[in-house]
Amino acid sequence: MNKLSLRSFASNWTGFILLALLLLVVFPAALDDFRLNLVGKYLSFGFVVLGLVLCWGYTGILSLGQGIFFGLGGYCIAMFLKLEASTPENTAIQSTPGIPDFMDWNQLTELPFFWEPFHSFAFTVFAIMAVPAAIAFILAYAMFKRRVGGVYFAIITQAVTAVLTILIIGQQGYTGGINGITDLRTLLGWDIRTDEAHNMLYFICVVLLLGCILLGRFVLKSKLGRILVAIRDKEERVRFSGYDVANFKTFVFCAAAALAGVGGAMFTLQVGFMSPTIIGIVPSIEMVIFCALGGRLSLIGAVAGALIVNAAKTTFSEMFPELWLFAMGGLFIAVTLFFPRGLAGVVYDYVVPFLSKVFFGDKKTPPGQVAAKPAE
Amino acid sequence: MFDYTFAELSSILVMQGFAGLILFSVFILMALGLAIIFGQMGVINMAHGEFMILGAYVTYLTSHLFQDYLPFAYPAYFFVAMIFAFIVSGALGLLVEWVLIRHLYARPLDTLLATWGLSLILQQIYRSTFGAREVGVELPDWMMGSLNVSDTIEVQINGLFVMGLTAAITIAVLVLLFKSRWGLQVRAVTTNRVMSGAVGIDTRKVDRMTFGLGCGVAGVAGAAFTMIGSTGPTSGQLYIVDTFLVVVFGGAQSLLGTVASAFTISQSQSALEFFLSGSMAKVITLLIVIGLLMLRPQGLFVLKVRR
Repeated sequence: MNKLSLRSFASNWTGFILLALLLLVVFPAALDDFRLNLVGKYLSFGFVVLGLVLCWGYTGILSLGQGIFFGLGGYCIAMFLKLEASTPENTAIQSTPGIPDFMDWNQLTELPFFWEPFHSFAFTVFAIMAVPAAIAFILAYAMFKRRVGGVYFAIITQAVTAVLTILIIGQQGYTGGINGITDLRTLLGWDIRTDEAHNMLYFICVVLLLGCILLGRFVLKSKLGRILVAIRDKEERVRFSGYDVANFKTFVFCAAAALAGVGGAMFTLQVGFMSPTIIGIVPSIEMVIFCALGGRLSLIGAVAGALIVNAAKTTFSEMFPELWLFAMGGLFIAVTLFFPRGLAGVVYDYVVPFLSKVFFGDKKTPPGQVAAKPAE
Repeated sequence: MFDYTFAELSSILVMQGFAGLILFSVFILMALGLAIIFGQMGVINMAHGEFMILGAYVTYLTSHLFQDYLPFAYPAYFFVAMIFAFIVSGALGLLVEWVLIRHLYARPLDTLLATWGLSLILQQIYRSTFGAREVGVELPDWMMGSLNVSDTIEVQINGLFVMGLTAAITIAVLVLLFKSRWGLQVRAVTTNRVMSGAVGIDTRKVDRMTFGLGCGVAGVAGAAFTMIGSTGPTSGQLYIVDTFLVVVFGGAQSLLGTVASAFTISQSQSALEFFLSGSMAKVITLLIVIGLLMLRPQGLFVLKVRR
């Protein structure tokens, strides 16, 4: 392998390989079961930020409602698990055995119709992606066809988040209310509360996430990816070139929603419950900051951002709860003002030129090369 | 709901309408500042609720000041507090524009994130300074009690006062915008920024003053808010989503639209609240607004604007 091809290989795959090594080898070896489960929980937000990189970083659609898609995915699998846990034998003390406990507490006597399909595992897996994507489609298609975008779209997504959160909290008998759906036990007879199951789920989550990263890279490197970037930078021009901009935007928004749904499902499986406190307005905006901090133009960077912010949140909010909001707010402001490309931008502008100087003896990486490969 | 007599039903309707009017006042007061800023600069100020709460805390402090040092003037403290609230919130607004917003005019989506960060910081400052519990002010005697319109209908005086205040502030802002030289400049920049710059209007300065004014109005809104509710560090966030919808639904560049949409949303919400639970009333109102916005994204009233 000559120097040039080695270098292009390095600039294309180093980040991905490093991330895969870190998640598959270093973390499982270095962390105890509890910490590994925490990392797995953080990684479930990684799916959301991948979607945000696609729709915000590359297409310019800021969604402040990713939390709701995350939540829908999570609720789908939680409903399945809850039904599995609520067998007539387990719930014999209830006045209506065989329905989830919170329904019984709310004087429901039979399972609501929209819970029925969630007896089927195949349907649940389908719904985890289809339900968020369907909601996203209804929202996005109407708006994008009328050429509503930018700030307006962000506000509407936030309003939808508010509506769905209020709805989930208010309809206690159907959704478990503010407590959410708790006390989930087994997945197809497999106890998900043991340490072994947590470890297994961690690896499933990592493999899925890496797969999604590859999928994202594939999309971004394809012609579709180029059109998305073109829409972000000069939407009118793309429209005049004969592309139906609304369809592309709708597609990428739905894809982001489906990714968020998968993340929500992985979250529920690893944490063992789903509640509205994880999916409201504030968590939705926090997901955007994961992405902004890691780098809105970098799939790997965004996943790293989700890990770093979550880890910092757990550490800081335990040690200095007062300071955490200051740090979080400061991060928001600093990233938007000084590092619009996030950590990945810093790595690209400073670390990569330095390393290539050390290893390849370059005086300076040509700026064109860096700009041409933002898809890392 | 059919067990009521006609008289009872009509007085319930009036009472709900009155509750809706109070909500309307809160919406208007918050949305006015937001609409000016959003309409003119396209900047979404997520920290707007926190500017409002700042005004509320200033009012709280002023009321204590009067209680301790000027007890004889206590009945009039509110008017002083309002002026303080305007000055403090407006000054903070000017500072924020200078430090933060002016660097982000080219990236409206990023202002949204940066001001959200600001709102987190302000919330934590309030929490550290005033505690996590809600604080309330003592109303002066003349604002307590209620008027009996008929046997079954009574209206609270503080509610009436807030409505009157809202009307006064709205008229003041409208006069400022449509009769003053500064207002002329603001409207010029709103409709055609480049041309305004070309004829010699300092658009940057107009932006800064507008942001300051918008935040100042939010401060006054906060002062008025203390008359009908108590203030906590996160009270501002409760209203921010509704307020954004009010502004967007009304049509971003039109103050008249803002007033009309605030009226529609608040009245339908409080009317529905009687028939359904509070949360369902809110869900349905918001859903209707979102649905209408999907059909008519430009909002109720449209002002021709050259981008």
